[in-house]
Formats: sequence, C-alpha cells, structure tokens
Amino acid sequence: MTIYGVALLALCSLVGLVAGEALGFVLGVKANVGGVGFAMLLLLFLTDWLKREGRFTAPSAGGVMFWSAMYIPIVVAMAAQQNVLGAIKGGPLAFLAGAIGVGASFAMIPFLARLGRPKKKDGA
Amino acid sequence: MSDVIYQALLKNGLLVAFAVVGALTWVSYFISDRFTRGRLHGSAIAVFGGLLLAYVGGVAAGGKNGIADLPMFAGIGLLGGAMLRDFAIVATAYGASFADLKRSGLPVVIALFAGIIVSFICGAGVAVAYGYRDAVSITTIGAGAVTYIVGPITGAALGATSDVMALSIAAGLVKAILVMIATPLVAKSIGLDNPHTAMIYGGTMGTNSGVSAGLAATDPKLVPYGVMAATFYTGLGCLLGPSVLYFATRLIFPG
Repeated sequence: MTIYGVALLALCSLVGLVAGEALGFVLGVKANVGGVGFAMLLLLFLTDWLKREGRFTAPSAGGVMFWSAMYIPIVVAMAAQQNVLGAIKGGPLAFLAGAIGVGASFAMIPFLARLGRPKKKDGA
Repeated sequence: MSDVIYQALLKNGLLVAFAVVGALTWVSYFISDRFTRGRLHGSAIAVFGGLLLAYVGGVAAGGKNGIADLPMFAGIGLLGGAMLRDFAIVATAYGASFADLKRSGLPVVIALFAGIIVSFICGAGVAVAYGYRDAVSITTIGAGAVTYIVGPITGAALGATSDVMALSIAAGLVKAILVMIATPLVAKSIGLDNPHTAMIYGGTMGTNSGVSAGLAATDPKLVPYGVMAATFYTGLGCLLGPSVLYFATRLIFPG
C-alpha cells in the first residue's frame, strides 16, 4: 500500500532528524548535524533490505517516489520564500562576501574532485 | 463575491501553493523550450522565477519570507518549508547507489573543510577590506559567507552587533541565491555530471537551499549525492565558526 512507503519515508526522516539534533546537542552546536544525511542512509538501507525480503511492493515504492518527484516543485516553493530583498539590502559588502566565496568554491571543485577519484587512473 | 473567493483561497493555502508552483513550472518549461531550446533547464528557470516571486513578496509584504508573507500565498511557506523540503530530499535517496556514496567518503570530508575555510576567508577578507578591524565582526561576516545559518549562530555566540549580524545573514543569502542560479550555468565547466563530483560539490558549497536547488536545476539524479554531503556543512560550520575560525582571526586582529 502506498501509505507504507510514505510512512517508511516519514519514519526514516524523523529518526535521521532526531539523530542530527542529538549529534548537534552533543557537539554543543545549535544546528542539526547531518540529520538529512542519516535519514537518507537509513531509507537506502531499509528499502534495500525490504526489497530483498520481497516486502517492499510497487505501491509502497510509489509512496516514496511521489515525494521524490515533488522535490523540484518543493524547491521552487522554497526559492519563493527566500529573503531575496534582505540579500539585496545587504549592499555591496554582503554581495562581495557571498559572491567571492561562491566563486572560489566553484573553482576548487574540479581539483577536489580529481584529488579523491579512486581506482580511475590514480595519478597521485 | 471577490471576498468569498479570497477567503476560500486563504483557507486552502497549500492547494493554492500547488497551483501556483505548477503554473510557474509550466511557464518555465515553456520558456526553456521556446527561447533557449532547452539549453537552460526548465527547473533552473522555475527556481529563478521563485526567487523573483520572493523579491516581489518581500517588497509587497516587507517580511523575511518572500511571497509566503502575503496571506494568500502562505501555503508556499508550508510547501517549501523545512519539513516538506527535508521529507522530499530524503525521498530522493531512494534508488541512489550505496557504493557511490561510500567511495567518496574521505574526499567529501576534505571538501567540507576546504569549502568552509575558503568561504570564511573570502567573507572575512571582504569585511577587512571594508574597514572592520575587530575579530568578532570579521568572524561573524566571514561565517555568514559560509551559510546564512552559520553566520548568525557564530555572531550570537561571539556577541556581534546587530548590524554586523544583518550583514552576515545577507552574505549567506547572497551565497545561497548565487549557488541556485549559477550551478546549472557552470555545471559543465566544473565537470558536475557524476555522483562523485556531485558529492564534492555538495561538500564544498554546503548551503542546503543552494545545493538542493542548484542540483535540481542541473540533474535531479545527482540531488541525493550532493545533499548527502551538504547536510554536514552547516553543522561543521557552526562548530568551527565560534571556535577555531574565531581564534585564528583573533591571532591576526587582536583588537
């Protein structure tokens, strides 16, 4: 049933987010550390296991895939509630501080990606 | 009559949001097809359209939540809020490859540190160029260039002034928005077309909203890999900001 997939997804999300909050608390940080990441790993692990047991049926998978497909619309809605005005009002200092960091980060990606690509023509 | 309609829309905010986002998506794909021959992805245009709506909403309502501050569009706040965003992001992991995730583990850790430190230095450097000389302000603005969550958390921990906090948040917002817009444009030139690079990208850029929207507009298949890495960025930034990064800044600016 579709709800089984949705419920499993919700359970994984909740467990992951709670774990992220707990890790943040232990580290003394006021932020969720890795919650979504833990939830993703848990979902991967559980669906894999249930599929092998033959207990994750197509309708159940549909409950997960619907939300996966809703991801982009949700991101569009997220964009529509960003504080764009606040970013613009920050003036040139805020703009430069953000933009230079973004440019430098983008520039690093090809090097970092090459650094850590194992097995394929290991140059280093 | 118009009041009746308005009340009905108010009461069904989430449905209004579905309809608005659906319409925006349709227009975006139409523009993508007709005017860019598909070269600029429809979802990239849709995200940009969302940002435009956010600007309009910010001007009209004067709040911090873009279009969602207008009562009629409050449903956008629910649809695009943290709860459903995280829920849908977790769902994208379904079908991702365990092996790909594991293989990139250590490089991602390096990317996380490199991304945070470089963003911080850039932000802090701009703060110094604009005449800030006290370690607290410089650190807070630098932390804002990491993400708009790391900035205020660091600032609050260090006791930064409210105008510096505002600048710090604004720097983080600029970053998130630029990452959303620029990712699909630079994807080709940085080789962002495989799970490994997507994870490095997520770890280096880190801003959750930026990474999730940027990858959605580039290749939705890469979303889980990038977001998986990015999910540790803000937390690590909050850890480093008020501690290591602040101490390092104070060494240079002992004011």
